Amino acid sequence: MSLIVNETEVALPADPRVSLLDHLREGLQLTGTKKGCNQGACGACTVLVDGERILSCLALAVQYAGRRVTTIEGIATGDALHPLQQAFIDHDGFQCGYCTPGQICSAIGMVAEVRRGVPSVLSDDLSAGIELTRQEVQERMSGNLCRCGAHNGIIDAIREAIGTGADA
Amino acid sequence: MTPFAYARATTLDDAVTMGAGDRTMFLGGGTNLVDLMRERLAQPDRLIDVSALPAAIAETGDGALMIGAAVRNTALAEHPLVRSRYPMLSRAILAGASAQIRNMATVGGNLLQRTRCTYFYDAEGSRCNKREPGAGCDARDGFNRIHAVLGASDACVATHPSDMCVALSALDAVVHVAGPQGHRTLPLVDLHRLPGDRPDRDTVLTPGELVTAVELPPLRFGANSTYRKVRDRSSYAFALVSVAAAVEMAGDRIGDVRIAFGGVAHKPWRALTAEAMLRGGPATAQAFLAAGQAEFADAQPLRDNGFKPALATRTLAAVLGALTTGDAA
Repeated sequence: MSLIVNETEVALPADPRVSLLDHLREGLQLTGTKKGCNQGACGACTVLVDGERILSCLALAVQYAGRRVTTIEGIATGDALHPLQQAFIDHDGFQCGYCTPGQICSAIGMVAEVRRGVPSVLSDDLSAGIELTRQEVQERMSGNLCRCGAHNGIIDAIREAIGTGADA
Repeated sequence: MTPFAYARATTLDDAVTMGAGDRTMFLGGGTNLVDLMRERLAQPDRLIDVSALPAAIAETGDGALMIGAAVRNTALAEHPLVRSRYPMLSRAILAGASAQIRNMATVGGNLLQRTRCTYFYDAEGSRCNKREPGAGCDARDGFNRIHAVLGASDACVATHPSDMCVALSALDAVVHVAGPQGHRTLPLVDLHRLPGDRPDRDTVLTPGELVTAVELPPLRFGANSTYRKVRDRSSYAFALVSVAAAVEMAGDRIGDVRIAFGGVAHKPWRALTAEAMLRGGPATAQAFLAAGQAEFADAQPLRDNGFKPALATRTLAAVLGALTTGDAA
């Protein structure tokens, strides 16, 4: 059995205890995805699976056989940064950078959810269109912590990137 | 983690057959179980992955909604029929965890998640009867701000952490189960146990039984429902208290009502006492507060959670106020 990481078919670990996070970092040397809390509380390990954001620390790699995983290493096009990457630079959306890959992957997943019309706990009308106010971005990105406190820059970056047509 | 064998079930029958062995557990999205295994609070020898089983949300002939146990939390919250007919359920799910976790977590797994009592998790430093029956409970005289005020026992004061289950309780959901002895159904309100002297048993399920679906019966006034969660920070935190409620007015009186509380007990707390007091009565703040006070009349607060009965009562009054004036969001 195998899984597909950044468009490349790779083997699954032999030991079912290996998390998707550890498999990416230690099995495949894709160290862009970060291990923060390793218990689903910080979001640093966020990757995209079939376009949806998940926490790779709580995912057993074997459980994702046949799925398409996208990590931070897979979102740029050659040397051209993904618009969200550029926006994070433009808005100082990080200091130490440790949470940044998870923030960016999470934001890509969030954009897809918003385009699909997924409501949030803040929605007055569960079926209405979604306006990505600062508060709305805060709620939808609450699973990604930044211990440096760059959240305001992160929110600015995401809102600008969405305004300029960033997508997955 | 201790070593285990992993197998993926592709059909329900397979899953039940594969799940029959000793020390075998079913794996949904893994958002709770993988963490429990890493902490060695769960040490299965075999893990049967049921997260790839069919995950449909379908209307039944009698107007109910049948939700496959493998449906992800996000998929349930965003489903058009859930949003329109059972908005309290969408809102409860969206109030829980983070978007990443909601994308992974299954409906079946949400039902069977374990308490987040910090003493339960602290295997090295704390006694816990849920973790080790007979060991004692360090929460009862410890830091117990998040713990239960209703239905607890000397052995255990843990709360059930789910938001989804609070809405399912208020909505009279029915749980479909398959196991070695065949299929059965039970009301969601009967799935979870009060702790008594066996807090290690969260539910009434027997070994090898698998939740296969959750059925939502039609609720005429389900569209006029909501969920409100009060917590220490405004997102990505478990409830201190929460309220799921649906109301139907009959003129200027309450025709019918459904209420459940979260964060107050070892199980989602269906508030039958409050419902009975309110049904047929006036839709006034005074009546709402009286109903909440009656529901919590037998509350037994601990050192740090004495605020819960009053907070839950006020939250109920606010929710019912919104639902009876058409301003529930």
